[in-house]
Formats: sequence, C-alpha cells, structure tokens
Amino acid sequence: MELVAVFPEPPPPDLARTLDLAGYRWKAVASADEAARHEPATGWAGAVVCCDQDPDGAWAFCRALRKRDTPVAPLLVLVSGGQLADLELRDELFDDFCLTPFHPSEVEARLRHLFFRGGTEQRPEMVEYSGLALNLETYQASIEGRPLDLTYMEYELLKFLAQNPGKVFTREMLLSRVWGYEYYGGARTVDVHIRRLRAKLGEEHANLIQTVRSVGYRFGQSRWGS
Amino acid sequence: MLDQQRDYVLRTVEERGVRLIRLWFTDVLGNLKSFAISPAELENALEDGMTFDGSSIDGFSRIQEADVLAMPDPNTFEVLPWGDPKAVEARVFCDIHNLDGTPFEGDPRQVLRRNLRAARDQGFTFYVAPDIEFFYFAPPERGQAPQPLDEGGFFDLTTTDVSGTLRKETIRTLETMSIPVEYSFHEDSPSQHEIDLRHTDALSMADSIMTFRLVVKEVAAKQGVHATFMPKPLEGLQGSGMHLHLSLFDGEQNAFHGDGDAYNLSPVAKHFMAGLLRHAAEITAITNQTVNSYKRLVPGFEAPVHISWARNNRSGLIRVPIPKRGNPSATRIEYRSPDPATNPYLAFSVLLAAGLKGVAEGYELPVEADANLFEMDDAALGKLGIDTLPQSLSDSLKVMEQSTLVREALGEHIFEWFLRNKRTEWREYKTHVSQFELNRYLRAL
Repeated sequence: MELVAVFPEPPPPDLARTLDLAGYRWKAVASADEAARHEPATGWAGAVVCCDQDPDGAWAFCRALRKRDTPVAPLLVLVSGGQLADLELRDELFDDFCLTPFHPSEVEARLRHLFFRGGTEQRPEMVEYSGLALNLETYQASIEGRPLDLTYMEYELLKFLAQNPGKVFTREMLLSRVWGYEYYGGARTVDVHIRRLRAKLGEEHANLIQTVRSVGYRFGQSRWGS
Repeated sequence: MLDQQRDYVLRTVEERGVRLIRLWFTDVLGNLKSFAISPAELENALEDGMTFDGSSIDGFSRIQEADVLAMPDPNTFEVLPWGDPKAVEARVFCDIHNLDGTPFEGDPRQVLRRNLRAARDQGFTFYVAPDIEFFYFAPPERGQAPQPLDEGGFFDLTTTDVSGTLRKETIRTLETMSIPVEYSFHEDSPSQHEIDLRHTDALSMADSIMTFRLVVKEVAAKQGVHATFMPKPLEGLQGSGMHLHLSLFDGEQNAFHGDGDAYNLSPVAKHFMAGLLRHAAEITAITNQTVNSYKRLVPGFEAPVHISWARNNRSGLIRVPIPKRGNPSATRIEYRSPDPATNPYLAFSVLLAAGLKGVAEGYELPVEADANLFEMDDAALGKLGIDTLPQSLSDSLKVMEQSTLVREALGEHIFEWFLRNKRTEWREYKTHVSQFELNRYLRAL
C-alpha cells in the first residue's frame, strides 16, 4: 500500500503507534504545501487528520487536499466531542470521523472499512434549482439555459448556497466555509459577492438568494415554505 | 486555493470558447494597459507570468533592466460582455513583478497591495465607494470646444433618450462585470452624469474603477459619443469629481462607528479624518493629478477648496454622511477633492496612509466647520485655522515633494517618477499662451 498522509507534524504519539501497529505506511506533514512536496508519484493513498491541537489549520489542510483535481480519499478526521459542530457543512472535506480521545481499535476499524470501500462515493456532478444549473465538473453555471459568467469566488459562493437550499447562513459561516480561514477580507466581502451574484442572476432570479434580516442569507425557499 | 482558481479559469476558457485573454495592468498615471494572449499560452501565464518590455510603459522604465513579469490575478478573471459572441474575449488583472519574483516597485497595483497589507497588520480592511462624474460629448475635434449632447441637435432623438439609454446600457454592462451600481443620475451640467458604485474592498474597487472608465467609454463610443473623465471640460459649469466614501472594517465591525458620539463616529474615525486633513495638501498631487484638475477646485461649484470637515457642508473637504436607517455598518466619511482622472491605486494608497498615520499618532480632529466657507474671507478662515487646498498642480507638487508620508506610501520609484513627469507637464502648461491672455492683453497692452 502507498503512503498515507498524517496531520499534524508531529502527530499525537498514540495515533502514530496505532497506525504503525495496524501496518500503515504513513508520513506526517505540517501543511498542505508540505503534503504537496512529499506526495508520492502515485498520489497519497489517503489521509488521517487530527483536529485536536490546531482545528483551523486541520480544516485548511483538509480543504487543500480535497479541493484539487484528484481529491485525496479516503480522509479520516479525528475530532473531540466539542468539535462535532465543526463537521456540519463540511461533508465534502472528509469521508469519516472518529472521536478523540480515540480507541486505537476503532481508528483501525474505520480505516480498514474506508480503504475497503475504495475511496469516496460518487458525488453528484450537477446541482439544479429552479432554472439554475451548476455543472461541478466543468465549473459552468447557467440560468434558464443562459450561461452565467462568474468570477471564481462568485461561483464558489453560489455552489455552496445551491448545494444547501433552504438553509440560513450567517456571514461568518459563509466566510469560513466558502473562503476558508486563510481569508482576511472580513464578512463584508460576503455582502459584496451576494450583491454581485444577484445582479448576474438577473432581476427575475435575484430573489433566489434571500436576505434574512439580522441573520444572513438563504438560497431558495425556506424549508417551512415561507 | 490558488490551484483551484487557476483550474477554474482554464476550464472556463475552454467551456466558454474564449479566444483571447487580455492581460490588464495600470501605468503610473492611471492609464489602463493591455496585451492579449491566446488560450494556449494561458496556463503558462497563470503559472509563471508573462515577460514583457516595460520601458514603453509610463513610469515603468528603469536604468538596468527593462523586462518585467505580468502575473495574472486569477480572482479577477472575467469574460468581457462586449465583442463578438462567437469569439469571446476575457480579461484578467495582473500584478507586475521583477524577473526575480519580487513585486515591481513601479506597479501601482502592487503599491496599493503593500499599503493594504500595512492596514491589515493593524487589523483593518479598507473599503471604498466612489461617486463618479463624467460628461458625454460629440466626438471632439482638435482645438474645438466640447459639444454637449443636450445642446444643439447632435442627435435626432431627444437628449434624455440618448443619455438615458447610454447610462442604462453602461449600468447593465457594469453589473455583468461584477461592478454593482448604487445610484445613477443626470448631473447639474449639460451632458454630465454620475454613477455611484457600491462599496467594496479597496483593491477590488481600484480594479473596478479601471474597468468602469473603459466600460463608460466603450458603451458611448458604440453610439458615436465621446465620454470623458476630464475634471473640468466646460468653463463656468460644474466639473467632474470622484467623491470617495471611505471606511475601515475590523472583521464584521465598522471601525468608524462609535456609540455615544454626536455623529456616531469612533475615535478611529476621528483620528483617520484628522490624518486626512493634516496631510491633505501633500496627497493632492495624487488625487488631482492634472493641470486641469485645479480648475475644478474653485469656489462656487460644490467642489472643495478648504481643508475642513463637517457633517453636512458640501464646501468642505470631508463630509460625514448620515447612514441610512442609522445602520452602523454604513458609517463612513466622504473625501470630496479627488477627480475621476486620478490613478485609483495610488489615490487609495495615499488616502489610507494619511488616515492611518492619524490613527497611529492619535491626531486630534479639528473643530467642525459648518458655516459656508465659500462666503468667508481669508482672515476669517485663518482665525478658524482653516487652510486651502493647493491652488495649482505646481503648488501640489511642491508640497508633495517635501512629504515623507507620500514618499513612503508610493515608494521611491513612483514618487520620483511622478514628480519628474508632472513637473514636465507643468512646464509645458506654463509656456502655453492661452485664449484668456490674448483676449485680455493683446489689444489692451
């Protein structure tokens, strides 16, 4: 089996021991850059990311591994009970998770199962919602068949919203999920991009993105039909 | 993130059938420069940049090395909404680097980036919203006075139709290029219009202003009309300004908003204003960079003349607008002297540097000047401690030359080049014998 990437560097000692005992070949890396530098020619076989010490860094690491031509999979994240909420809306960033402090045989069992399944499930390649269509494969968006020319961040924001219709997001949530923690532009950026998206969607579709007063934004109808 | 952005750009070029990619950058005087590459070269350009000879670009020339590197900023990639739909074109703004990869000190966009980084290190993001004025004229002939569309049957249609259509088409084009418009209207002078853009971070806004000027001119030219951002094209009528609404944000919080103050201004806002006021004369050569700019900054035309501030006094340099519905995040100040012929990257750089200097040193804000300053004489103004803005390009350059603040904000390269270039402009102007002089002196003397 090829190398498994492990974050952070150095990894928690009991994680290192568990992986060794289970017979995995692994390499600890401190950042996405380092993961890119040390990546085997055939690619990483998978990754184990421990969110304990540096959760922001860990999620940035997952994001970097997943948002590329061939996303690294399977990816197991280790989170503490208090970090369970962080999993929400990050489904695309990991394949399975395990609570810390972990039981060595649980990590082993989960990894075995993940590798048995042979990577990630098929993700849908089209997102469609009342006239809006996003082709995730080609990055192309259209409304009523008319192509929408979007900048990269506009596209990413629209994709995120359209994948989660009916849900209300605060600016902070959108900023951390779409832009990532590395971005310093501030939550105003979200408003600016929403305004641009509405203009590009055109008058008759601008209300696909609703402002929820003193909370944030919602794409499409609310789940309760209001 | 960067990989993903590049990938997005490359896929879009492929899927949308883009035939030509225009690499945009800005010279020191604020002119948009462009060269085009084919899709085949794009991947390479995104990865390693494109080398070109900078010596023909205003302000890029150096003694040792002429070549510079244009690095596309993939986040600014945008399909151009005009041109042949079967041969789609796109544009991307570039940062200019030296061949060793360091930022090129003659590139205004890099200068603004450096100043914004300094603000970010203090926890601030800088937001700007401009109100841009401009004129529509019949295509100008050399030596002829500009001919407004509103007068003298240039068009068969009624004037409101023509300029109304132009403005509507302009706004539509701007919106498809990610430049949201807040308001637009016909201004006071014949054929004068104003379009107000919604605030965004300063770097995006500087890019947007470059795009804006091109869009306004393109849309007009298609109808055989000439749009101009010349600050004062018509004698005796209002000129074109570019009032800038400025604010600093600290995360989600507007750092200019303060509870318990009469105007809801925070100490940061007041120090920032004090910085702008104290250094206003030094930065005027940048915000008002042409000989013609100073014909706008005269009393009687709603353009500022005095270095003062007030809540609601349009003769002052800084106005503090009342936020809509008392919304704290809309708290801002309006800096009123710049004109639309400025280089937005450099103007934002010196404004930010002056304001932050006030914050860092805790400058105290002078008292508000709420009387109409145009009606006061110099003695009365002197008593209030109110100075005037430089009266000519020459005056501005003299003050700028002595300014450490401007030298640091612009960097040595641009500072020196700008002064040299503008002194030449002033010399050429000074030797010109004008119609005014002929009318006044030829017979009488």
